[in-house]
Amino acid sequence: MTPSVINLPASQDDHRIARLAAFAIGLSLVEAALPSPLPGVKPGLANIVTLLVLQRFGWRAAAWVSLLRVVAGSLLLGTFLSPGFVLSFCGALLSLLVLALACKLPPDWFGAVSHSILAAFAHIAAQLAVVYFWLIPHAGVLYLAPVFAAAALLFGIINGLVASRLLGETSLKALPAS
Amino acid sequence: MSTHLKPGDWIIALAGISLVAGLFSTLWGTAAGTTLIIRSGGKVVAQADLARNHDFEIAGPLGITVVSVENRRVRVARDPSPRQYCVKQGWLSHAGEAALCLPNQVSVELAGAIKRYDSLSY
Repeated sequence: MTPSVINLPASQDDHRIARLAAFAIGLSLVEAALPSPLPGVKPGLANIVTLLVLQRFGWRAAAWVSLLRVVAGSLLLGTFLSPGFVLSFCGALLSLLVLALACKLPPDWFGAVSHSILAAFAHIAAQLAVVYFWLIPHAGVLYLAPVFAAAALLFGIINGLVASRLLGETSLKALPAS
Repeated sequence: MSTHLKPGDWIIALAGISLVAGLFSTLWGTAAGTTLIIRSGGKVVAQADLARNHDFEIAGPLGITVVSVENRRVRVARDPSPRQYCVKQGWLSHAGEAALCLPNQVSVELAGAIKRYDSLSY
C-alpha cells in the first residue's frame, strides 16, 4: 500500500553494532542515575562494552559502539550538544585513538586491563584539556588533575578486570554471533 | 585474578600509579618555604632566612607591624590595622604563602626554592 518503500539494507555487522551499542547506552543510563561523590568522577561502566567489542570485533566496531553510545546516550539524557556532551565526545575520541595504538601491543602481554587503564587516562586527559582550554581557563583546574587521574586509574583497573573476566566467559562467545 | 592480569597489565598499572603519584606531588605538594620577604608600601624592606628566629619591626603608615620567625615558620605577631586579618592568618610555613596587612601596607611572603606564583610582586 505504501507508495514508496525506502529500504536501507542492514548487514550482520550493523545489527551487531546496534545491539552492542544498546548495551552500552543502557549502562550509561544506569550510571547517570548513580550519585557521584565528585562531579565528573564516574565509573564509566559503558566502557566495559567498548573493551569487549575491541577484543572480539576489532577497533572499527569499538569506535562505532563508543561513539553511538555517546551520541544516543546524550539524546536520551537530554544533554546532546551541551558542554557535558562535548566532554564525553572528546573523551571518547581520544580514548579510541589511544585504543587504536594500544590494541597493537602484543596480546600475550597486554590484555583488557592495559587497554582499560590507557583509555581511562586518555579520557580524563581529553576532558581536562577541554575544560581548561574551553570552559574554565584557570590554573585551578589543574589542581583537580591528580584526583581525576586517580579515579581514572581505579576505575580503569576495575573495568578492565570486569571486561577481562567477561571475555573468559563462554556464554559471551556465543552472544553476538546472531 | 592472575589469569586476567597479564604481565604487561601490571606494568601499565604500576606506570599509572607512578603517574598519579607524580601528579599529586607536583600539583599538590607544597614545598617548605625557605626565604621570608617583607614588603612595605610595595618595596622590599627585609629579606631573611627562616633558619634563624628573629622579630622584625616594620614601620608602615599606621604604625609598627611586628613579624616574627620561629621554628622555620613566620607570622605577623602584631599589627595596627583595624581588622587584624594578617594576624589572624597565623603561622605561614609553605612556599607561596603570604599575609597582607593592608591599611598598614605591609606584606609578608614566603618563597621556596622554586617560586610557584608571583601575585605579590608588582
